[in-house]
Amino acid sequence: MTQPAPLRFYVPEPAVRPGGQPDFSNVRIPEAGSVRRPEIDADPESIRDLAFSIIRVLDRNGDAVGPWAGTLTDEELAEGLKHMMTLRAFDARMQMAQRQGKTSFYMQHMGEEAVSCAFRRALEPGDMNFPTYRQAGLLIAGGYPMVEMMNQIFSNEKDPLKGRQLPVMYSSKEQGFFSISGNLATQFIQAVGWAMASAIKNDTKIAVGWIGDGATAESDFHAALAFASTYRAPVVLNIVNNQWAISTFQGIARGGSGTFAARGLGFGITALRVDGNDYLAVHAVAKWATERARRNLGPTLIEYVTYRVGAHSTSDDPSAYRPKTESEQWPLGDPVLRLKNHLIARGRWSEERHKQAEAEVLDDVISAQKEAEKHGTLHSGGKPSTRDMFEGVFAEMPPHLRRQRQQAGV
Amino acid sequence: MTMIEAIRGAMDVSMERDDNVVVFGEDAGYFGGVFRCTSGLQRKYGASRCFDTPISELGIVGAAIGMAAYGLKPCVEVQFADYVYPAYDQIVSEAARLRYRSNGEFTCPIVVRMPTGGGIFGGQTHSQSPEALFTHVAGLKVVVPSNPRDAKGLLIASIEDPDPVIFLEPKRLYNGPFDGHHDRPVTPWSKHELSETPDGHYVTPLGKAAIRRQGQALTVLAYGTMVYVAEAAAAETGVDAEIIDLRTLLPLDLETIVASVRKTGRCVIVHEATLTSGFGAELAALVQEACFFHLEAPIARITGWDTPYPHAQEWDYFPGPARVGRALLATLEA
Repeated sequence: MTQPAPLRFYVPEPAVRPGGQPDFSNVRIPEAGSVRRPEIDADPESIRDLAFSIIRVLDRNGDAVGPWAGTLTDEELAEGLKHMMTLRAFDARMQMAQRQGKTSFYMQHMGEEAVSCAFRRALEPGDMNFPTYRQAGLLIAGGYPMVEMMNQIFSNEKDPLKGRQLPVMYSSKEQGFFSISGNLATQFIQAVGWAMASAIKNDTKIAVGWIGDGATAESDFHAALAFASTYRAPVVLNIVNNQWAISTFQGIARGGSGTFAARGLGFGITALRVDGNDYLAVHAVAKWATERARRNLGPTLIEYVTYRVGAHSTSDDPSAYRPKTESEQWPLGDPVLRLKNHLIARGRWSEERHKQAEAEVLDDVISAQKEAEKHGTLHSGGKPSTRDMFEGVFAEMPPHLRRQRQQAGV
Repeated sequence: MTMIEAIRGAMDVSMERDDNVVVFGEDAGYFGGVFRCTSGLQRKYGASRCFDTPISELGIVGAAIGMAAYGLKPCVEVQFADYVYPAYDQIVSEAARLRYRSNGEFTCPIVVRMPTGGGIFGGQTHSQSPEALFTHVAGLKVVVPSNPRDAKGLLIASIEDPDPVIFLEPKRLYNGPFDGHHDRPVTPWSKHELSETPDGHYVTPLGKAAIRRQGQALTVLAYGTMVYVAEAAAAETGVDAEIIDLRTLLPLDLETIVASVRKTGRCVIVHEATLTSGFGAELAALVQEACFFHLEAPIARITGWDTPYPHAQEWDYFPGPARVGRALLATLEA
């Protein structure tokens, strides 16, 4: 017997770093329409392969193909395109507002617009999302007023959260949008708890958990899967794999697992993997999974394969850790462009109409911003009162906080 | 009635009155909990209202937060306070802040029950008193009952409270008042007047202390097991101590504390938890702020030592009646 070689420590590295040639040859992309669509009551064991493939509907020609196609009408698709364009324009303006000092911080969705915008269309009133900071499409597609979002971003006198939360950490019960924490992964198990409650009360509503690829490494993610599996909770558990957790490539969280969706298999949870830049595929999968939850068939784990084109936040510079041109090489393309091309292929859209629509959504965003700015921005104009800072810690203010408020002179 | 029966009674009454009250935790369902606090609740209310969970404190509290956001009122059990740390992020960053950060749109009316304190040879993983880790967090209420009557009323109040409550149950008191004389026979609750517990629903309001012994010579601030240790120490030293059982650490009944210390001019603080940055430090600061010109002696703190909770040396660690008695005398003579 020969002696074993000394142990070696392994740290995964992305294929390419700045200065290198972007390379996504390791991302296996099946043909659009090639992945089967099982019945919603299929035995999770019989569809394990769906956790390793990518469900896609839109092909290179912009046609919708295969068994997952056909869940939305042309009108709905045109509306979906408008939602994504609005979110993109909203992001651009808020990104600029942050650079102008009107707020402290912003996080944009560039490249990931389809995930939250399309998913929102599969939900019913009363369902509850437990989002992270990159699902504002849930609000935009739900018709939540952009002015309210901006009031929150600017922490102004009309901020529905009274200036207490970091920008983009929205909350809207009416929209089925749970208060964003900002701590990662915590909301995933809460979504399962909410779904358990709905089942305990024999309700018809379902919950949706959201998490990023990086945060799946948190214990909360595993607790969520364990509880969802044990109690067959009516919940859809969404992993948005945008390839990058700030500067950390997805391989650091994924480790030796083939895919993030595959994490569900060990828990006996039905798991799908979908093209996150394909509005039609996202919607079809969302419909399938929400239907399963609503029919007491239990949880579904979905991995959305997408790419974070922008920086993590306004405090991040991706050129320090990935090639500048990487996003252009991303093989699943741009979600807005793909849906636009599909509508054009169907004769329901044109370049002119697109230009016109771009101008319209920009107008809407700008007029919302003008309205919001009337009520102040972070460092100028109206702002929440110091008194507001002391309110709402408890339902009823306890004596020690009353004393402190007095000391603060408010 | 024992503490265990009182705590179970509080959950029973609350579940009976309100369908939204649910109870769960490790071993809390079919078996009824390792301390038997939830015994019989699953049989009475069904497995959808009292059930077993995977061993995940994070999962228990995280799920409870989601349920509370839905509109339920979960009262969950963490098997030992020593096991709560995996749930700490959910408690601190989520439960405690949900009302504030959502401007009241989502709230978190949950109770996290956990056995606390030593005296059962539980070593470092079954003996800790982590109350100060919770009183330091804005948005939490922290309750420590010392007897069956209070335990039932305080737990009902906690379940009905619109905000998250950390409910610490001194495990050495589950079956009887314990004064720290570990070498003497155990006294059962049946011989104690505070074991008489009203039937049905009643509330012991949060934020109200109780004076357990009227006295003139000095004030003792205690909670949980230490109330009985202080009583024993006062009896054995003959010091005419006024013993205040805080019952709720947050919100704190400062009024009762200040009135007593202004009367006696002396203050001894007793807790099982470690000294440094313990809740006694907060009490000492508050007392000197409010009573400085009435104080005739330095405020004394008698606590567990700043070591992990030991096993063989349990009674060297535990601030028993001898150590507390010496502090009473020293404070009187100072």
